[in-house]
Amino acid sequence: MAMISAENRGLRLATRYAVLVLIAIIFVFPLVFMLMSSLKPDQQLLEDSGNLRAFLPVGDISLQNYWDAFKRAPVATFVFNSVLVTGVTVVLSLLLCSAAGFAFVFVNWKGRNTLLALLLATLILPFETIAIPLLMMVAYLPWLGMEGLIWGWLNSYHVQIIPFIADGLTVFLFVQYFKDLPGELIEAARVEGASWFQIYRKIVMPLSGPIFATAAILKFLVMYNQYLWPLMVTQEEGYRPVMVGLQYFFQLNVAWGEVMAYLSLITVPVLAFYLYLQKAFIASIASTGVKG
Amino acid sequence: MKMFTFAASAAILSWASVAQAQETLTMWYHGAGNEVELKLINELITDFNGSQADWKVELQSFPQAAYNDSVVAGALAGNLPDILDVDGPNMPNWAWAGYMQPLKIDESKIEGFLPGTKGVWNGQLYSIGLWDAAVALVTRQSTLDELGLRTPTVDQPWTKDEFMAALDAAKASGKWEFPLDLGMAWTGEWYPYAFSPFLQSFGGDIVDRTTYKTAEGALNGEAAIAFGEWWQGLFTNGYAQATQDPADRDGGFAAGKYAFSWNGNWAALGALSAFPDTVFLPPPDFGAGPKIGGASWQFGVSATSKHPEGAAAFIEFALQDKYLAAFSNGIGLIPATASASEMVDNYKAGGPLAVYGEYSSKLALVRPVTPGYVVQAKVFEKALADIANGADVAATLDAAVDEINADIEKNGGYGH
Repeated sequence: MAMISAENRGLRLATRYAVLVLIAIIFVFPLVFMLMSSLKPDQQLLEDSGNLRAFLPVGDISLQNYWDAFKRAPVATFVFNSVLVTGVTVVLSLLLCSAAGFAFVFVNWKGRNTLLALLLATLILPFETIAIPLLMMVAYLPWLGMEGLIWGWLNSYHVQIIPFIADGLTVFLFVQYFKDLPGELIEAARVEGASWFQIYRKIVMPLSGPIFATAAILKFLVMYNQYLWPLMVTQEEGYRPVMVGLQYFFQLNVAWGEVMAYLSLITVPVLAFYLYLQKAFIASIASTGVKG
Repeated sequence: MKMFTFAASAAILSWASVAQAQETLTMWYHGAGNEVELKLINELITDFNGSQADWKVELQSFPQAAYNDSVVAGALAGNLPDILDVDGPNMPNWAWAGYMQPLKIDESKIEGFLPGTKGVWNGQLYSIGLWDAAVALVTRQSTLDELGLRTPTVDQPWTKDEFMAALDAAKASGKWEFPLDLGMAWTGEWYPYAFSPFLQSFGGDIVDRTTYKTAEGALNGEAAIAFGEWWQGLFTNGYAQATQDPADRDGGFAAGKYAFSWNGNWAALGALSAFPDTVFLPPPDFGAGPKIGGASWQFGVSATSKHPEGAAAFIEFALQDKYLAAFSNGIGLIPATASASEMVDNYKAGGPLAVYGEYSSKLALVRPVTPGYVVQAKVFEKALADIANGADVAATLDAAVDEINADIEKNGGYGH
């Protein structure tokens, strides 16, 4: 009986691993395809795309596509712009949205429930619905910069950052997480005379690592993949991000090898960021699951 | 020495004053990511900036796939440049929407230009192109000989029956996977550009050009139905693929998969290098004369430009034969004038691509010159794709007419 049970356990384990490996393959293969294709000339890339060779570094392998991609477009500028805009937005968003979440959960003030409801209602509005009014607004807003007071935010980094610092989803994530923190801690700190900022900085933030990581990753992905908004507000090449840069490769006859090389290059920051935060991200997802 | 110092100082001062006096003109162009095209446009700008003391053009280039959206966004934000380039068939929409103003240049300078290069709407010139593009029926002389087909000319193109007999002969020979490559792998503007001339040769059109207020009768009349049935027959009878791998579009003719290929002059040199006996035939005449599409990218002046005279001066400067020839040599398109064509090996008399110039000047019909074209093009594309995939011809064309008419009505007739 014990032997049968052990066999069953082994079988279950093997099945589980087989399923996990299959899922891993499904998720990893597009990346492998992209990387392998970026090393092949177009003709070979298209020939290989219908068979397993597409996932193997075989045939005429070189870094020529990468070289050509850098010749076709200012790739380094695009990557720098995206990393800068995304990085600044993520940091500011974490600070602002977590502070807002803190105020909604712990500070008692008139109208907070109504305001939170209004904020959450913005979740159902796709960005496309407000893109044009937002464009017409930022085109005429004042900005005090190195050149003094200027009117209009177009062709700048701040026009790509400021509209995305605060958003309903990130505030909602913090609100949900903060609600599950022990209220006694906050009350005790208040009794001891701690200010709201001290409580936020010294108690809430140290306890909220996973939600900060989750919000950072989600915000990072949204910002790094921005296309429509930067397309509308950056007429100058020097401010364009990576997704707008991708369009440089879609000429009449698409150079697919260069497209794959470019995609491989711009995927690196995303993977690096995710790997850096993945432990906290998984912890956050796991704790969210346990809560339910 | 003193004299030299004085002369040098005077030269520097005069250069500085010229540089200061130059008013900056901004220009948007669709060529980002195209190294050759950008090099040419930058050379043109450098020449212009150095040729006079009044204006200095500064370029911002955009990837072609995102260009139109960028211009629309720029217009909404009140941030258009002085000079912009526009795809010919889109010009009426941009003029109607208030993005462009009429182009004030000496029109005697464009008298000899190919018809498709002139962007005229409401009786006024809005844009002008340095080149045009043309489509031809690409095949090999050896194919014509093998199948026993006569070589059609502009004056004596193939009739519909001759064309279908040619496809039948190619199909019966079993030598090719498909007799005809229509370029179905390409989507978007390719459909109205490449396929609406077939419809027009049948006697129909995307919209009624006498009023531009309806598509009724033009897109669903007898001629259009005949065209739709013929179009569907190309796919149901195995002459062409309704769905095509992009790799086949790029290399299928050179790989010997197709006997005939309906393709543009930009692909002609590739075909010639694959088969030196490649010939570029005129389109068949389906009853109302052989037709091809006309109009490519053109230069114009934005409606918000504070210096339209400077923008026009730049455009006039660009119309010199040497620039027309340089662009043709660089990107392979047809120079706008016969004199510039003579400066280009491919397009001069006896050149391997000279027939394209003839087709462009004699057979080109611009797409409907109306602001509604941008919508009509998409409706036409969808209708043709649906018919190619088996949709009922009459019902599909009726639905397309309804959609086009509704759009025209919604926009108050687009000012016609």
